Amino acid sequence: MRSRFLGIVGALAALGLLAACGGADDSELLLATTTSTDNSGLLDELVPIFEQRTGINVKVIAVGTGAALRMAEDGNADALLVHAPDAERALVENGDVFNRQLIAYNDFIVVGPAADPAGIAGERDVEAALSRIEATRSRFVSRGDDSGTHKKERALWQGAGLEPGGDWYEETGQGMGASLTIADQKNAYILSDRGTFLALSGSVDLVVISEGDPQMINLYSVMQVDPEKGRINDGAAAEWVAFLLEPETQDRIELFRREEFGRSLFIPTRGRHEAETIALFASGARLPAAGGG
Amino acid sequence: MEFLWEGIKEAVNLWIHGDAEIIEITLRTLAISAVATLVALVIGVPAGAFLALKRFRGRSLIVATVNTGMGMPPVVVGLIVAVMLWRSGPLGGLNLIFTPTAMVIAQFIIAVPLVIGFSLASIQSVNPRLLDQIVALGANRVQMLWLMIREARLGLLAALMAGFGAVISEVGASMMVGGNIAGETRVLTTATVLETSRGNVEVALALGFMLLIMAYVVNLVVTSVQQQRRPT
Repeated sequence: MRSRFLGIVGALAALGLLAACGGADDSELLLATTTSTDNSGLLDELVPIFEQRTGINVKVIAVGTGAALRMAEDGNADALLVHAPDAERALVENGDVFNRQLIAYNDFIVVGPAADPAGIAGERDVEAALSRIEATRSRFVSRGDDSGTHKKERALWQGAGLEPGGDWYEETGQGMGASLTIADQKNAYILSDRGTFLALSGSVDLVVISEGDPQMINLYSVMQVDPEKGRINDGAAAEWVAFLLEPETQDRIELFRREEFGRSLFIPTRGRHEAETIALFASGARLPAAGGG
Repeated sequence: MEFLWEGIKEAVNLWIHGDAEIIEITLRTLAISAVATLVALVIGVPAGAFLALKRFRGRSLIVATVNTGMGMPPVVVGLIVAVMLWRSGPLGGLNLIFTPTAMVIAQFIIAVPLVIGFSLASIQSVNPRLLDQIVALGANRVQMLWLMIREARLGLLAALMAGFGAVISEVGASMMVGGNIAGETRVLTTATVLETSRGNVEVALALGFMLLIMAYVVNLVVTSVQQQRRPT
């Protein structure tokens, strides 16, 4: 009896050693990012290449953009990869982050049930589309988590001069993937980044309702956290930013899952600045689709 | 229903092909939760025995605290441990946030009140006359404690199962202090959440079944020890 009990204890202790072996590296990069980059799987592709080349161990923490920005303010991350330009600029001005570089873009889209209860399918003007959703009190799911997408959604409602609320408007407080699933189950409209929507298109029945409004551009930037905050791995963060800007990495971003979906989930900016990128998007030269889709 | 069927097929498929990532995640899950439970046992059983056998001022307060802790929401434990371990937190210098060690700490805090509570109850329910008898036979304190633990082992193994069951199935704290980092702190529960949010429902189900089977096997082993005929 006793030996059997000791056997179990011994087995558990052996497993403990296993756990201890997964110890942390000295050269670690703590990257706070958004759920949209993580849910699409883009970082799963880029991070191993970076790790192999530099020997730096990247810890990807996928949170909403609001939480990621807060992590930078508190010095709880080394680098950020987020998509909330206005909030990012505020952080740059406060000196919380620096070396902010635009690396890629895609666009936001309004997706919803194919039945389209608000009758807005094909409406390019997103504010008009949202106004119709509000007027018809069609169900709308909001992230409600202060993420980049949620910030964008609030800005769009504000632009339309509306204050959404009521039983038709529901906040999930969850990531993009989870919120899309909820919207799908509830036959609701939702604002999504295109990358996550495409990545989930196999498991949800939602369809694209409104796209192409120039203000629907979704800009992804990388930046380093101010090393003055202490315990920041400055060198690794600088290497990470440089890595994302490399032509080779930009090619990888463009090709990422392109074959699968017939279009790029993320379009590399290849050194273009924000204004140029926005102009390019507004001109309609956006989202080059393979096979004209 | 189709999802469920696909999930089962995917699960079987992943296991047959011994998907390296799933096996790695499973082993990591087992290791982290086993260490947390083990440490909780080492500290919780003596603490429970002490509370069961000693009478002192303020004992009820401590027992009430333990009982409250048995129902402590893991997500609150996770938040508190995370805030402490963040680089900006008081223990930030330890560089433990988003490591398996941080997960062990959080899971230990979740498990230890359960272990203390179950130990306390099982040792207290041992016939008090036995205690008198042991003392009368001239046992020292350590011998006495060991005999009591042996006598109460049914309950103590229940403590083990309750502690292990709580931590291995817990997702909130693991997500917050571990960060669900691939290859480092991703465990079955957090991986299930991730795969669901990625729309990979079949993989998520496969991970979920893996967790169920693992919990079952561990409990089966412990139960078979627990239910063995006692030596006469």
